[in-house]
Amino acid sequence: MHNTHVIDPVTRIEGHAKITLELQDDGTVSDARFHVTEFRGFEELCGGRPFQEMPALTARTCGICPVSHLLASAKAGDQIMSVAIPRAAVLQRRLVNLGQIIQSHALSFFHLSAPDLLLGMDADPEQRNVFGLMASEPEVVRRGIRLRQFGQEVIEKVSGRKIHGHQIVPGGVAEPLTDDEVIDIGYRTGEAKQTTLDVLAHFESLLVTRFRKEIASFGNFPSLFLGHVGPDGRWEHYDGALRVVDADGTIVADDVEAHRYKELLGEATNADSYLKSPYWRDAVGEHGSPWDGIYRVGPLARLNVATHFGTTLADAALQRYRARTGEIATSSFHYHYARLLEVLAAIEAIEGLLGDPDLTDPFTRAEANPNRRRGVGASEAPRGTLFHDYEVDGHGLITAVNMVIATGHNNLAMNKTIREIADAHIDGPDVPEGTLNRLEAGIRAYDPCLSCSTHALGQMPFDVQVVRPDGEVVTELRRD
Amino acid sequence: MARRQRPNVPVVIDGHEVMAYPDESVLSAADREGIRIPRLCALEGTSVHGGCRLCVVEVAERHKLMPACGTTVVEDMEVRTRSRSLDEHRKLICELLLAEGNHVCAVCVSNGACELQDLAEELGVDHVRPDYQFPRRSVDASHPKYTFDPNRCVLCTRCVRTCAEVEGAHVWDLAGRASGSHLIADLGQEWGEAPSCTWCGKCVAVCPTGALAWKGKAVGEMRHDPSLVAFLSSAREQGEWVDREALR
Repeated sequence: MHNTHVIDPVTRIEGHAKITLELQDDGTVSDARFHVTEFRGFEELCGGRPFQEMPALTARTCGICPVSHLLASAKAGDQIMSVAIPRAAVLQRRLVNLGQIIQSHALSFFHLSAPDLLLGMDADPEQRNVFGLMASEPEVVRRGIRLRQFGQEVIEKVSGRKIHGHQIVPGGVAEPLTDDEVIDIGYRTGEAKQTTLDVLAHFESLLVTRFRKEIASFGNFPSLFLGHVGPDGRWEHYDGALRVVDADGTIVADDVEAHRYKELLGEATNADSYLKSPYWRDAVGEHGSPWDGIYRVGPLARLNVATHFGTTLADAALQRYRARTGEIATSSFHYHYARLLEVLAAIEAIEGLLGDPDLTDPFTRAEANPNRRRGVGASEAPRGTLFHDYEVDGHGLITAVNMVIATGHNNLAMNKTIREIADAHIDGPDVPEGTLNRLEAGIRAYDPCLSCSTHALGQMPFDVQVVRPDGEVVTELRRD
Repeated sequence: MARRQRPNVPVVIDGHEVMAYPDESVLSAADREGIRIPRLCALEGTSVHGGCRLCVVEVAERHKLMPACGTTVVEDMEVRTRSRSLDEHRKLICELLLAEGNHVCAVCVSNGACELQDLAEELGVDHVRPDYQFPRRSVDASHPKYTFDPNRCVLCTRCVRTCAEVEGAHVWDLAGRASGSHLIADLGQEWGEAPSCTWCGKCVAVCPTGALAWKGKAVGEMRHDPSLVAFLSSAREQGEWVDREALR
């Protein structure tokens, strides 16, 4: 006989999910599963719409990372139009994606994960949230909120709104950026950079004394890593080509254009979750299990596939990072660390972009009718690689949509992570609250956005259930 | 519309004494006095349709509500344009329009510049009480310059009247009955195949929603200009494009 624990809902993530733990009578874990329990079906409801409406339509998938959908969708639209967009539009799109990376990573780190990281995994659950953190470390929270605000303001300047902007369009961007807007952004980069450097130094000091067990057990396994890199192998977030490395750092695939993603990635469905499980086809073959093709995307993967950032402070931080993690970081706990490095790199990259005179060039948009039946747009969302794949009829109306979302890529890895944490921290049918929190924190390390990944709606409550072999639920922890 | 005489028909609108022209509608007289009556199908420069019923008003000694656009003034007529009952009627009409089609402002080309959206805001429509019908309607993107999205059409017939009366092409018509009513081009062809269409774009200019739009517009980018038709009609009546010297 065994027990099943269910964590339902999982908290401090974006979306709605639950975790099920199945325990044997001796308290050992027989299975651990991550279920996404929400569904929206954007791929269906986009059918029949003009492709020009798709960026703003698909941006509604998510209130956290609408920019990522705007960009991937607009790039798919560029392909359908068969146009090379003006340089000012490329620069504006790069700028808005950097703002997106900053605001989303700041949200993940300060609002969602800092309560675990700074107050401790076993801290009183009543205090282990952003309000508890405000009480004990108000300055950290204040600076984190301002850092996120900086990212949001960059987004607002370029896309028209902080959330669900509409100025990223097929063919480029709708409006030129003004000199005043560039100056406004420039005013705030210094503060944002200092905040990031300070919190990075603080986090690095914590790594010396804390989190050894978490680093060892939070998804610390070999897998493939997928992300975009620039032509010289540098960190890339908007253009570039796909690269895949394994846990030894060997390049498994390189210089892969986004439209070939279906040749490389399969998509398995699960009976107990709305979240699909993409896998690396080559590792699975025709008859293998998707688990053989497990790969990860996002900040951890981007740092594993890239050789360098190409900016001074971020590259110095990357050297320290690799001194700790090795050339390839395999523990998902390091997503947090990688996120801070990406914020630093993004701020430095913004400083570089603001000095480019073409950023305010008035030519921002190419116009054309549909000239191709299919368009695949890809970008690096804060959580990882995002694909939008559209097919249109002769008039440019959508006939098929496939969206492969960052959190989906990480689905198998998240499942493996909670199994690993359960194995390391559960010893007997009574599961302490601190362990349940570690399970949530294991998921939280990936900063999953389940609204996006199932193209679904809502905040992310989180449930854990412990269930007997006969199906009886013996423990249930629910947070709304 | 240009008038040579002074208005000489006294009417009372919302307690204000207003002088109207003998053949003038209540809507027009109220407009001149700056008294706002909500409307959707009414379009200066075209004939009266009276289909949307948003401009209904109460007229003393008449037992039913009258459309202000299709009611001609008579001497000493007393009109009320606002009352709790009228507000509720208009609000319900607006809700019915929203429930009947697929109006999703957030992802509409006319978001921020839509008369239906403005009306909903003006009338305090914060939710829709009738069940949404979620009709399945296909977008017609066959025209090289314009797009017709019937999901956003409110059957106001502004395009029908403008095309027939101002452009003289009469591409558009309504087909079907009741909830099956829909807009058709050239007796039911794809718009891009309709030989009568002159590509003038007047129908697009007068559309109150995002149903008729310039092709290639992304969300929130469409701007209509219904005043174009009033200008064209007025200019035509005044012979703006005629060589007046030659006429003498």
